[in-house]
Amino acid sequence: MLKAHHKTGLVFFPAFDWAIDPTHPEREERLLYTQDQVTEEGIFDISGIIEYKPDIVTARDIQRTHFCVPDEKTITTESHLISAGGAKAIADAVLNKEVKNGFALVRPPGHHSMRVSHGGRGFCHINMEAIMVEYIRSRYGIKKIAIIDTDCHHGDGTNDIFWHDPDILFISLHQDGRTMYPGSGFPDELGGPNAKGSNLNIPLPPGTSTEGYLYVIKNCVLPVLEEFKPDLIVNSAGQDNHYTDPLTNMNFSAQGYAKLTSLLKADIAVLEGGYSIEDALPYVNLGIILAMAGLDYSGVIEPDYNPERLKQSVSITDKIKKTTDLINSYWNQRDRLRQKAGSVGDLAVRHREVFYDTDNIFERQKEKVRVCRDCGGCFEIDSTATPGYHILAVHIPINACKSCIEAGYKFFDQADKNKFDKIFLQDRTKDTYEIK
Amino acid sequence: MIIGLDVGGTNTDAVLLSSNGIEKKIKVPTDSVDLFNTILSSFTQLLDNIDPKKVKRVVISTTLTTNAIVQKNMDPIGMIVSAGPGIDPEVFRTGEHYYCVTGSINHRGREKAPVNTMEIEDIAKKLKKAGIEYVGVVGKFCVRNPSHEILIKRILNKYFKKVFLGYRVSGNLNFPRRIATTHLNAAVFSLHKSFFEAVKQSLEKKGLTIPIQILKADGGTMSLESSMSFPGQTVLSGPAASIMGAIPYATEKQDAIVLDIGGTTTDIAILVDKAPLLEPVGIRRGQYKSLIRSLRTESKGIGGDSVIRVIGKELVIGPDRHGPAMAFGGPDPTPTDALFVLGLMKGGDQENAQKGIEKIARKLELTDKEAADQIFKKCCTVILKKTFEMIDKLNSKPVYTVHEFLEGYKISPRKILLLGGPAPYFAKKIKELYHIETDVVPEFSVANAIGAALARTTCEVSLNADTEQGIMTAHEEDFAEPISKTYSDDDLIKTAHTLLKEKAISSGADPDNLDEVEVIEFQKFNIVRNFSPRGKIFRTKMQLKPGLIKGFEKVLQ
Repeated sequence: MLKAHHKTGLVFFPAFDWAIDPTHPEREERLLYTQDQVTEEGIFDISGIIEYKPDIVTARDIQRTHFCVPDEKTITTESHLISAGGAKAIADAVLNKEVKNGFALVRPPGHHSMRVSHGGRGFCHINMEAIMVEYIRSRYGIKKIAIIDTDCHHGDGTNDIFWHDPDILFISLHQDGRTMYPGSGFPDELGGPNAKGSNLNIPLPPGTSTEGYLYVIKNCVLPVLEEFKPDLIVNSAGQDNHYTDPLTNMNFSAQGYAKLTSLLKADIAVLEGGYSIEDALPYVNLGIILAMAGLDYSGVIEPDYNPERLKQSVSITDKIKKTTDLINSYWNQRDRLRQKAGSVGDLAVRHREVFYDTDNIFERQKEKVRVCRDCGGCFEIDSTATPGYHILAVHIPINACKSCIEAGYKFFDQADKNKFDKIFLQDRTKDTYEIK
Repeated sequence: MIIGLDVGGTNTDAVLLSSNGIEKKIKVPTDSVDLFNTILSSFTQLLDNIDPKKVKRVVISTTLTTNAIVQKNMDPIGMIVSAGPGIDPEVFRTGEHYYCVTGSINHRGREKAPVNTMEIEDIAKKLKKAGIEYVGVVGKFCVRNPSHEILIKRILNKYFKKVFLGYRVSGNLNFPRRIATTHLNAAVFSLHKSFFEAVKQSLEKKGLTIPIQILKADGGTMSLESSMSFPGQTVLSGPAASIMGAIPYATEKQDAIVLDIGGTTTDIAILVDKAPLLEPVGIRRGQYKSLIRSLRTESKGIGGDSVIRVIGKELVIGPDRHGPAMAFGGPDPTPTDALFVLGLMKGGDQENAQKGIEKIARKLELTDKEAADQIFKKCCTVILKKTFEMIDKLNSKPVYTVHEFLEGYKISPRKILLLGGPAPYFAKKIKELYHIETDVVPEFSVANAIGAALARTTCEVSLNADTEQGIMTAHEEDFAEPISKTYSDDDLIKTAHTLLKEKAISSGADPDNLDEVEVIEFQKFNIVRNFSPRGKIFRTKMQLKPGLIKGFEKVLQ
């Protein structure tokens, strides 16, 4: 009988009774065929593969990551809480050393949810990985975490949440934003002044195949990880780079995903998007699970797989090489870029507009972050949603220095209650959340 | 009158029940070399002075197939396995004559690669040449579309005595388990067939002409005829018999624990509202995993005859047994000897028991009585700890819907029912230690035979409907019918119910005992392609729950 090379935990929460709406791609049926494939393969009988029940996250868990407007209850459903709870359950299993690594096959997804969340965007309401990462930092005191987002869409939510955080390395590989939702994730998006280079965005041209994808992993992602030396690696495992995905234009395969998984050696993988539910997901998920458990995945090949047809053109290969070189040069300059970003104590200001396509909300943000060399820097976000609320959100990072803690409280105390519907303070050093 | 007979590893128990209660009960030692003779002599004793015409029902539980597996005394058979994409099927090899062939069906039941008939012919000839008489054929996703298995069988028919197909085993998905189960059915078939044909003939000679029922691992029965297609289902029917025998003493609408304390092991099972819990997929025993429906039991290597040792300063009980207790002439001290020292048990060699416990006491630097008490307590705590772990595991089983997550049923037993030789002594101690109502099952020494006698027929059907493909199927029952776009939940349940009843009747069920139907799974999904609905997928599993036939429960209380 089969025995996993090491213990691997799985949470399987297909939320068979939840959909955005009946014909939406993010619907009940999405993981049905994956479940069929995984069950038929007898995955849960493999010695060393352990299935865990999802947990359910509380408002407290969400408040470490998000400012939910008007509150957590209004913008989430139980399935969001259980989906995030699935990631949390896997985190516990891995960090309590019950298993070596783990994969949360949960839905709905979350990587388009930003720090301020007024509702749903890109099928996401709250960010599963980010909630998990903040839980891990508070519960287990782990400092350096790398998040590698391999969903075909830019993980703009996760990117936003850790934008100012030098202790979180966020790398997103995605189809070029000029051809794909959400239209962001270009190489020069490197993070806030205190965290330049700890956010790496790697856009890939439409038509990128397994070869090109793995080239980036081997020549950029792995060397960067090697240098960053994270205590924990998280993979936002979207599966929409697949050649059959209806929403994207990439040529990745089940074998490619399995190889990617064994190269990345993530401690925790969390399922994100992926909408080729019949032709891709059953094989991709099977490949990822086998790779995580250190088992042979060479037989996991889509019935209609034809590598000749999926070969990438020379011009695509060239483009990918150029992007890789560019990203590597940014990464190598990160210290200099941070020095150049401003002097300590300055307030760096950023204006942004965020569109919530799922819930049809338009948000304007004005963000001020304290430039700091000792920590990620405290920041405040003045956010107005139409339709919706006008709020001020103050964040003090988990490893904040004394000056940033003081500055954060000053932001909060000085904020005028008459100007905002709500004023929030997220003090990660004390793990508290206040509203006035 | 009805008869229940359970051939166990050590003893064979049989009862004759009437509407007045137990008419006769016997216990004879099992002759493991000649089970046939054991069964026959039990019937001879049981039917002494009884008119066989008055016997309306006979249920037999044996260790025949279990022994064949343990002793690796099974026929070499051929296996033909068709996998398609996924884990290498070579990993699931069952023996020498195992062939992986081309052909593939996907999760929706669509053909992705055809069967190569030439390849099958070649394998058939090779198997024939090797002297193989029985063959199992298993395809991945055959429960979604068995056409490949059926085609392969058609080719094989002319070469072999009987061909066993995977899709008939169970409606559940699990390819490796399906291979193991189909292999088991094929490998014990000839043994099972010749044995029970001999039993049937001998009973007919005694004037017992009513159809014989065979007990299954799920605590239900099947007719002798049905058992010929699925002889593997008879494995581990013994533990199931005992658990069924405890059901009359459980309370309605309550959860209960059943502990069957034997010589070597203690079996643990859970009853919810008088129905035993089932394994979600099928029997598991160590590495061996199958699709055979079975009661959910856990086993702990502690029994009345377990060897007691002191390792370091630690008291260790079991998991081995070296013979009976010292009080009955055995070589090593056992929990039974501790019961003698505590003055709870009598009727053996008290002195010998004392001697054994003394050895343990000396190492623990305790008095004999203290040591005996510690041993007894430890037995109870180890068994109960295992029981609570089992309940925790059941309560933390994964869920796949928001509804299940929020409404999940939590098992919280209010009562323990004890069976087995040392049961009466343990009851008081467990109650004292855990403050949970603990009752000894009356007639506990033949509860297994009573359980067999009263077990009703069980079965399960899986029905899938796919309105995009316009068909509903229960392949396991060889059922497929076209459906329209307006197919509904009610249609699905109605059809499943009809199929279940038909299956039950053909498995020998009494039409009066068909009302304990339970929907164990129901799912409905919209099929959407390119943002437009294409149809719906419906899935249901329905079962006839394990339980007792009507009309006897009262007389037992």
